[in-house]
Amino acid sequence: MATFGYSLTPSSRIDLCKFNQEKWNRLVELESDVLKCMACGSCTASCTAGKFTRTSLRSAILYIQNGQEKQALELVQSCLLCGKCFMVCPRAINTRNLLLSINKIYSVK
Amino acid sequence: MRERIAGGYDPFVLPFVIGMIFIFIYLFIALIRVFRAMPGSDRKKFFLSLLNPTIMYKNIRDVICDCLLHIKIFKRNALLGYMHASIAFGWFMLIVLGHIEVMLFVPQRNGTLHYPIFYRYFVAEQNATLKGAVFFFLMDFFLLVVLSGIGLAMYKRIRSTALGMRRTTKPCFADRVALWCLWSIFPLRLLAEGFTAGISGGSFLTKPVNMLFANFLGNDMNVLPTWWAYSTALGLFFLALPFSRYMHIPTEVLYIFLRNAGLKIHHPRKGLAEAEIYSCSSCGLCIDACPMNMQKKNLKYSSVYFVRFQRRNNKKKINEIAEKCLMCGKCVALCPVGVDSCGLKQAQRATVTDKLPYNYSFLASAHHQGGGPSMPLAPVSGSATGNEVTANAAAHGAGNATGNAAQSAVGKDKVLYFAGCMTHLTPAIIKSMTTIFDAAKEDYVFADKDGGVCCGRPLMLTGKVTAAKEVIERNREMIQDSGCKTVVLSCPICLKVLKEEYNLKGITLLHHTQYINQLIDQKRIRLNHSEESFVYHDPCELGRGCNIYQEPRNVLSAIGELKKANKEKKESICCGGSLGSLTLNYHDRVKITQESLKALTFDNPDKVITACPLCLKTFSDQSTTPVADIAQAVAGNLK
Ligand code: SF4
Ligand code: SF4
Ligand code: SF4
Ligand code: SF4
Repeated sequence: MATFGYSLTPSSRIDLCKFNQEKWNRLVELESDVLKCMACGSCTASCTAGKFTRTSLRSAILYIQNGQEKQALELVQSCLLCGKCFMVCPRAINTRNLLLSINKIYSVK
Repeated sequence: MRERIAGGYDPFVLPFVIGMIFIFIYLFIALIRVFRAMPGSDRKKFFLSLLNPTIMYKNIRDVICDCLLHIKIFKRNALLGYMHASIAFGWFMLIVLGHIEVMLFVPQRNGTLHYPIFYRYFVAEQNATLKGAVFFFLMDFFLLVVLSGIGLAMYKRIRSTALGMRRTTKPCFADRVALWCLWSIFPLRLLAEGFTAGISGGSFLTKPVNMLFANFLGNDMNVLPTWWAYSTALGLFFLALPFSRYMHIPTEVLYIFLRNAGLKIHHPRKGLAEAEIYSCSSCGLCIDACPMNMQKKNLKYSSVYFVRFQRRNNKKKINEIAEKCLMCGKCVALCPVGVDSCGLKQAQRATVTDKLPYNYSFLASAHHQGGGPSMPLAPVSGSATGNEVTANAAAHGAGNATGNAAQSAVGKDKVLYFAGCMTHLTPAIIKSMTTIFDAAKEDYVFADKDGGVCCGRPLMLTGKVTAAKEVIERNREMIQDSGCKTVVLSCPICLKVLKEEYNLKGITLLHHTQYINQLIDQKRIRLNHSEESFVYHDPCELGRGCNIYQEPRNVLSAIGELKKANKEKKESICCGGSLGSLTLNYHDRVKITQESLKALTFDNPDKVITACPLCLKTFSDQSTTPVADIAQAVAGNLK
């Protein structure tokens, strides 16, 4: 078999089978605004905590949708709930409740 | 004065006596429960407060003004105030006078529960004698007072708007039972005393009743049944009391004592909180106060229902309401009892959010990594990044020479300017502030020029108290280390938490409205008086939160015409952008913003002025009238 000399490292491989529909439904129930996110990244760009450490609501949502819950959680645990992302979100998403809800749902094993 | 009934007893007093004994025992147990749930330090604080004459004076004053006379309700609406005061004060006087009568005229019955209440049944007196006439008159007078209050209360149930309330509370079952009893107690007392007035005497109210009924009812036959009915109504009322809103009558007294002792809420339902929850009279004033109630569907989130579900320990509803509230504080400011429902909600939120994981390890490195570009709050005087100091020492010296600045905190040492994270999203405020600092030749340090760490207030509001403390501790160190004696803040949210939680000794905290006002007073800046008219919006955290109402108004009067808003100061309506609410969505918020703007622009001002970056952003999105921060308005009118 021909080898092309490059491959995906396992850690960044997306495994959609890991996506947890049940948890996602609960998230939508707690904050339905999550469905409105268009991944523009305004939240991450303005993030207070993001100046010091990796913090990103945008990526967290994407990670969750890709079934990478652990990575998602890491990105929101430094959040200070300051509300800047709430002020800038063009989709008027209730980001603070979304951040809290992600913490509530995905921090339980 | 002669005892009409030998032995001073009749079986009809039994329902009353049973009710009374029940309520005494219940209250005693409740009192012990409240104290047992308190931390020991709070108990100690409370008992010490009883020895402090100033606090005791305050306690007595508050009990008279709040529990008996209901001064706060009077101030809002005279008729509603009269309704509450007439029932409370009138009833109180009936009880006191009854006891005085017993003490003076039948001292051998002192100490019996029922005698002072049913005095007229047991004792005969002629109203020709002085003591008969005076006391009979007083008793009839206060009975009339109570009856007039009851009449108003009945009317209020039918038409609440007549008493200045658009909406009133929905009573629960125990409330209804107690309400019916309360409404019937005094008419029954009138009848009972009326029927006996022919035998034992009466005055201007009871005598005519006696004569009226004598014409077509055999009075004597009705005497006992009405006394029975009166006693039963009282007894039932006491039995229903602990489960109804009327529990507020005894609890409010306890709450006043606890509050004045300076105790804080530790648990959302226990200790002080329990006293607070049961002090709520379900008066419903918080329903009209709440900005969420522009929409009828939100009525169920009013504080009164929060408190009611707290009593019933309905976790689901409690959390739902706690998460919805904007924490604007309006219901607390207008509550005649002073129920701190925001404090209770914050404690309730903590039961859910405080245990959620977080990781703020970055805080430590942010502090110690000297001078990096992302270093917040860096500019400790003399440090590597201290170059944003726009020192103008010579000119500053000249300012001192005028003699004004020397006495005031501002201008004495360096001023630390803390914009806050929200303000960084509305940089026009920062720009205006730097212009003003320069115009005043202020020697200032810009703490979070390159962005800082959050002040911790949003975390506090969310209930993440432990996490907030970490953030606060770090910011506190840095403010303390900066050596500045004055901190000027642009964000009222920061100001509130710095004042309440930071414990910054020897440091004056000023919002920029206060700071600018000082500059004007000290003639350090000179302003044009323009033709423009302004209306000022009191941000929740600055007005109700920090009690700053006058300074911004002084400042605006200096640069133009200040117009009045429809609702202002304590009654100002939240802009809708509040970080307090966790679950209120955008559509509901827009409705609040619009309502708030409507109240602000009712006198057609040229500009809406606010003093909070969050209000500025929220209003700007919706308003047709231009919106600006007070700093922008001042900077635009500098001479
Ligand atoms: S700013 Fe709003 S829409 Fe954009 S990525 Fe963040 S949450 Fe999604
Ligand atoms: S609330 Fe959290 S995620 Fe949003 S800007 Fe603030 S720190 Fe960043
Ligand atoms: S919380 Fe205050 S304003 Fe609201 S019903 Fe209770 S006593 Fe009245
Ligand atoms: S704090 Fe404001 S939003 Fe919350 S219940 Fe009271 S008035 Fe309503």
